[in-house]
Amino acid sequence: MSNKVTDEKTYLFDKPRNVSRLLLGFYIICVGLFVADFVVHRHLVHPWEGFPGFYAIYGFVACVVLVVIAKEMRKVLMRKEDYYDVKEKDHDLDE
Amino acid sequence: MIWTSSLPPFIPFFIAALLVLVTRGTLRNIILLLTPVLGGLHLWLDVQPFVPMVATDALVSAKELSYQLTIFSYQLEFMRVDKLSLLFGYLFHIASFIAIIYALHVRDTTQQVASLLYAGSALGAVFAGDLISLFIFWEGLALSSVFLIWASRTERAIKTGTRYLVFQVMSGVLLLAGALIHFQQTGSTEFNFIGIESTAGWLILIAFGIKAAFPFLHSWLTDGYPDSTPTGTVFLSAFTTKVAVYALARGFPGTDLLVYIGAAMTCFPIFYAVIENDLRRVLAYSMINQVGFMVCGIGIGTALALNGAVAHAFNDVIFKGLLFMSMGAVLYRVGHINGSDLGGLYKSMPKTAMLCIVGAASISAFPLFSGFVSKSMVMSAMLQEGHNYLWLMLLFASAGVFHHAGIKIPYFAFFHHDSGIRVKEAPTNMLIAMTISAFLCVFIGSQPQYLYALLPWKVEYWPYDMTHVLAQLQILFFSALAFVWLNKQGLYPPELRSVNIDFEWVYRKLLPATGRVSFKAFQSLNGATTEAVQRSWQGFQSVFQASRLSQYHLASSWPTGSMVLWIGVILGGYLLADAYF
Repeated sequence: MSNKVTDEKTYLFDKPRNVSRLLLGFYIICVGLFVADFVVHRHLVHPWEGFPGFYAIYGFVACVVLVVIAKEMRKVLMRKEDYYDVKEKDHDLDE
Repeated sequence: MIWTSSLPPFIPFFIAALLVLVTRGTLRNIILLLTPVLGGLHLWLDVQPFVPMVATDALVSAKELSYQLTIFSYQLEFMRVDKLSLLFGYLFHIASFIAIIYALHVRDTTQQVASLLYAGSALGAVFAGDLISLFIFWEGLALSSVFLIWASRTERAIKTGTRYLVFQVMSGVLLLAGALIHFQQTGSTEFNFIGIESTAGWLILIAFGIKAAFPFLHSWLTDGYPDSTPTGTVFLSAFTTKVAVYALARGFPGTDLLVYIGAAMTCFPIFYAVIENDLRRVLAYSMINQVGFMVCGIGIGTALALNGAVAHAFNDVIFKGLLFMSMGAVLYRVGHINGSDLGGLYKSMPKTAMLCIVGAASISAFPLFSGFVSKSMVMSAMLQEGHNYLWLMLLFASAGVFHHAGIKIPYFAFFHHDSGIRVKEAPTNMLIAMTISAFLCVFIGSQPQYLYALLPWKVEYWPYDMTHVLAQLQILFFSALAFVWLNKQGLYPPELRSVNIDFEWVYRKLLPATGRVSFKAFQSLNGATTEAVQRSWQGFQSVFQASRLSQYHLASSWPTGSMVLWIGVILGGYLLADAYF
């Protein structure tokens, strides 16, 4: 199904410069959003929200925790791709 | 035309399914396309909710009595129209229209008939006014949808489909049992608020819970959907779980337990989604996560929360459909959908990549995309009702959704390192279907008033205020920052060819293994018993042979004939004795 790779054209993200530009823009937005907490007047529903940068910190920490736990889960849960397809022998029960 | 004013919407779909069987080629495609268009227009123009719903926790339902049927002593009501059933009615017409366009290149009668019957059953279920007709369409959903899995026609898909069917039928059986008990207790099969005060309520809740993929009842979804055809999954993702959400919203609004179940549903799948390799299974997990938000909303049960739940169901069908379509397009062109073997596809499928990103932005609830305007209702209601810690769980889940569905899906499929795969862009019909979905995502996200006008409960809500938008952007951008940081540090788990053990392990490994062990144990026990009996018999024989008793004629062998003879002699002896004395 694959077409022959005749086009050796360079694409948008083939140039490392484009990637770093994108990331730079992204970092600037992040900083801007964090600072906005101190500038913008927010009407709060919940006291926790009042903590400056609550959402930013929570989002960051949540994702790191998510990934760290998920990685640990892999140690327990991960099996080979054909795990369910292999015909069972009688002795591999405690696998 | 007065007679059509309340034509149950499943009927056109079932008729179309018959017509599709006997037609071919262009004519068949025209029938396929016209069915949801005409059905949807009919619903939009001719059918009005009988009574406007009021802002209470319990539903006020309206009845139209024109389509009733009596089976045994049960009244079946096929057309109960109120704003709740209408909302899902519109949704299912839109969803089936998009999915049919997406599948227009397919030349497979089984799939085409099954998908029409499936969409029709979903419509039948949401307009069913009583539990027995709900049960009929509930089973219709199960029996028609399984063909969309079997249609892959691999040995694996056949097995998966069978497991899927077992779950679905189990759900139907529980629903029927619950409905019959409910009828005995209340004397009515009407499908309104049920609650969990009775046994019937529990049975029905579990029946709904299976289709809504409650924790431990969810594995049919993550097991089944990824094995369907590229087009079949798009249909599957639209109907079954959303019918369940509808049924929960009608039968169990304000049931506290659902808040906790929903919160669990939002959280546990995202861990699996992070480490899952099959990108369609990642979407299946994220589907459970999204349904979790809806279940939470139903559990809270305030007008705002319920509106949020059904609005989120509406949006989820469209953006999750869009994501499944983009992954289906990749599967269709590349032939597999493992994150470990993809990457760099934006070079050859740039349009699909863009459309996928729109879906990803919507599911992540970016402001101006559809997920934002509905998920925020549930989140706000959660805070209003004082569920602080559950609100934190949902916030965690929101960040997690962005992480796995918003970033992981597009990143590993279309960007990441270049896998060297060069394929054609997705077929035109697929692109059209995805474009319609993407348009709806942005339209609903930026103009939510049109969706809000359709919502069943009256409540004032507007998602776009500075505080709210800022908070959402912060949580999303810093989730993305975490992704970037983890990737740069090399901490992000790589995509690996693997499967992860989930609840299905219990019936795919544990139970069969237990079965084998018990069978072996039984075999050896059986062997031991037989041996013991044989040994003692042999022992008895050897003792007996040695004794004098064995000298008697009868002891040498005990043929049946001689036994009968001797019984005859004894009985004859009694007879003679009786006659003489």
